[in-house]
Amino acid sequence: MGLEGKTALVTGASRGIGRAIAIKLAQLGASVIVNYSGNKMRAENTAAEIRSVGREALIWQCDVSDEKAVQEMVKESLAHFGHIDIVVNNAGITRDGLLMRMKEEDWDAVLDTNLKGVFLVTKAALRPMIRQKQGKIINVASVVGILGNASQANYVAAKAGVIGLTKATAREVASRGINVNAVAPGFIVTDMTDELPDEVKEKMKKDIPLGKPGMPDDVADAVAFLASDGSKYMTGQTLSIDGGMAMQ
Amino acid sequence: MADEDVLARVKKIVVDRLGVDEADVKLEASFKEDLDADSLDIVELVMELEDEFNLEISDEDAEKIQSVGDVVSYIESHKS
Repeated sequence: MGLEGKTALVTGASRGIGRAIAIKLAQLGASVIVNYSGNKMRAENTAAEIRSVGREALIWQCDVSDEKAVQEMVKESLAHFGHIDIVVNNAGITRDGLLMRMKEEDWDAVLDTNLKGVFLVTKAALRPMIRQKQGKIINVASVVGILGNASQANYVAAKAGVIGLTKATAREVASRGINVNAVAPGFIVTDMTDELPDEVKEKMKKDIPLGKPGMPDDVADAVAFLASDGSKYMTGQTLSIDGGMAMQ
Repeated sequence: MADEDVLARVKKIVVDRLGVDEADVKLEASFKEDLDADSLDIVELVMELEDEFNLEISDEDAEKIQSVGDVVSYIESHKS
């Protein structure tokens, strides 16, 4: 599963699943562009972990829903590393609430970051990947994009959209040696799930066949597989990393 | 009259990229109709032309490119 000499761009890499993915890819040998939106200190912390395993880290702040900013990030990453081999579209936010009470701005914010962001980063990164005739794009979806979830209409719609976008992109670029896959994490212990009310957390745990929440590293392991040569005959797939919540 | 040098360089790229006979790469040849290119082939072709002629072709302009002649006249009017 070696990724020596590869360059990986990970969005939303300052914390949670993105941070675990960035560090895992570095441990396997990749240089990493650590994209973040708000928390510079935590992005620097991720970068420090990457450097501590002897890999190069480039920290880049940008909102993935801003096309110009995304293009700039990809351009500068290319100028710095010369190639981008792996893109992990991980950046995501939540604005939970009942659909009937959901504000339009909360719908838009979640769709912009979680779905449009994947489109924009993919669009920008495909150019160099098509030139290179190789590349791995890995999108972070969610179990709720498969099963649905009350009070998360915006998040569910975006994540289901990511699964569809993964398939569409995979079909478009398969002939160019580019693999596009997704992971669908279940209940993973992160700041994002920590915000959930206790009764929701308890209920979710009951729905997990493996009986416990997952860790960011569990998702990172699957992403590392999708980023490696070991998954070369897979494209357009969504791997569930959810303790068995959604069995297909 | 098309610039012979530009035409020759465009022809070479089209032949390499699409695997067609040089004789078929005429100015009036349509990429999709005559040279059997799909949309992604054209995107790749445009990227190679950008490299070869050191220019940037906007998405809007790229969408208008349908024939070999379109490419040649675009390059002639935009090359530095």
